[in-house]
Amino acid sequence: MSFTWRRRRAASYVVVLLGLVLVGALYATITGIGESAAATPSTPSSAQIAKGRQIFQQTCSSCHGLQAQGTAVAPSLIGVGSAAVDFQVSTGRMPAKEPGAENDRKPPALTEDEQHAVTAYVASLAGGPAMPTPAEVSTTGANTGLGQQLFNADCAQCHNFDGAGGALTQGKSAPALTASTPTQMYEAMLTGPEAMPVFNNTTITPQEKRDIISFVTGTRAEPNPGGFSLGRVGPVTEGLVAFLGLLLFMVLASMWITAKHRKTETTDE
Amino acid sequence: MSDPTTPAGLPEEPSDAPAGPHRVIGTPPPAQARTMLGDRPDSGDGNMPAPRELPPDPPDPRKAKNVERIVVLLFTLAFVAGVGFIAAYVGLEVHSVDAVLRSNLALGLSMSVVFLALAVGATLWVRYLMPHVELSEDRHVLRSSPEDRKAFAETFAEGAETSQFTKRPMLRRTLIAATLPLVAAPIVLLRDMGPLPGTSLRHTVWRKGTRLLTYGSNRPITPGEFSSAGGMITVVPEGYQDDQNALAAATAIIIKFQPGVLQAPTVMNWTVDGIVAYSKICTHVGCPAALYEQTTHHILCPCHQSTFDAPRGALVLFGPAPRPLPQLPITVNSQGFLVAQSDFHEPVGPSFWERG
Repeated sequence: MSFTWRRRRAASYVVVLLGLVLVGALYATITGIGESAAATPSTPSSAQIAKGRQIFQQTCSSCHGLQAQGTAVAPSLIGVGSAAVDFQVSTGRMPAKEPGAENDRKPPALTEDEQHAVTAYVASLAGGPAMPTPAEVSTTGANTGLGQQLFNADCAQCHNFDGAGGALTQGKSAPALTASTPTQMYEAMLTGPEAMPVFNNTTITPQEKRDIISFVTGTRAEPNPGGFSLGRVGPVTEGLVAFLGLLLFMVLASMWITAKHRKTETTDE
Repeated sequence: MSDPTTPAGLPEEPSDAPAGPHRVIGTPPPAQARTMLGDRPDSGDGNMPAPRELPPDPPDPRKAKNVERIVVLLFTLAFVAGVGFIAAYVGLEVHSVDAVLRSNLALGLSMSVVFLALAVGATLWVRYLMPHVELSEDRHVLRSSPEDRKAFAETFAEGAETSQFTKRPMLRRTLIAATLPLVAAPIVLLRDMGPLPGTSLRHTVWRKGTRLLTYGSNRPITPGEFSSAGGMITVVPEGYQDDQNALAAATAIIIKFQPGVLQAPTVMNWTVDGIVAYSKICTHVGCPAALYEQTTHHILCPCHQSTFDAPRGALVLFGPAPRPLPQLPITVNSQGFLVAQSDFHEPVGPSFWERG
């Protein structure tokens, strides 16, 4: 009798443990660190532009038009600059699966060479904000404190205080910055992709952009108190986990305290 | 002072009451405890109730010994953790944020170990060492016996009479009057809750000619610099960039639009080259509302999803906000910097009573 009971008790704890492991595994899959796309801009050759033109006509022109002049479903790309194109193709947002207000980050469909070729081609159509060089996005010597202040003032409302992203209107959302490379962040600030406002270089200077990038990349290395990030979205998940965890603990404890002691009971009666 | 002989005669009066439990106040001594609790009519004759049958020892002495060891271990652990708590409190400095984190971790951990070990030990003790028998004990009625109640009423009336409380009305009335100010005092103390806000809720620190600084970098900005359509930036009044109390009301955002996008009820005279300034303080409960979407031109407040239509005077499109974000009149000064034309023309932030 007591043996089966003990086994059953052990089984219930095993179930709880398995549940925790499953949640952890699910969580790890959901928040998996994305790919990092390295960008190395160089002066484009005419061959590269020709190649980019070819790729553009194959993969982009159905929405953006053969001359990148834009159509009813997609904007003109003339004058958007290399920074905007590199951001869109290196984060995998373009080419999009279907036209819409928002595209999620996904593994890039184009190889790095192809990305650079398309970027060079669109940039060759007209000027526009240029893709930053690696030196322009280097965070060496950046003022991370000022970066945090600027991030809190103008970025945190959408991207969350820790770059975890957040909801916008009508089902849109601001993406998490956990997988963004410094180049992509710089390009996003410079060009304002999708719903994001533009922060041009005279409003937020290149040095201030590097400060912000330094803060965002710096927060990734920050330890998570207790060992769990919980999505780093603040008190809601933390409170929920604490509440559910404590509730589970108290339910288990009260089950244990009030459980009938079968062996003694049978001897008593 | 009244005559001592009169009160001296009083205590004899209640002695007329029948013998027995009389005016039992507080916990009865252990000798009487069983009659208080197990007062069954059938036990009668003042006999002690039959002794309750409790098993002397747990059925399995070896197992009991094992459990005892575990409980002793847990209680010792609780003791050690308790000492550890004191040691951590005394020993760990709290001069920096990291040190506070370490101190909190040590204090919290040791304290929870104390309580957890105590609780687990106590539960093990109850479950494995204490006998598992159910005992029922009857309570006597809570209401006092009629004799007791009568005696109390008499004593009370006598006390009131002999204290002269009923006979001397001036004494009674002045005593009551003496306590009245004490009752009123807490109400009067409410006065000290602080000065009334006056008109301060209707004004911010923006004045004619105050330059707009980009928050954080604290630079004045020109329309030429803030030239990209779809741009948005948080601005604060120059001179108050570090005054958090002032910024709690005065912080604003400026948004740059393509020509022709801005329309009524935006006040066009308060804009510069498609740049419009709105209060950043949500009119619902005062969260910073600055989730500006350059595609839809919506300003969203992250707290309760109030949505404002930026090109149309920040009219409320959705959510609990009761009124549009106030527009800050801006212009350009002689050096070309963006400056305020005046303060906001209506109160910023959440509604308040007198606002109507």
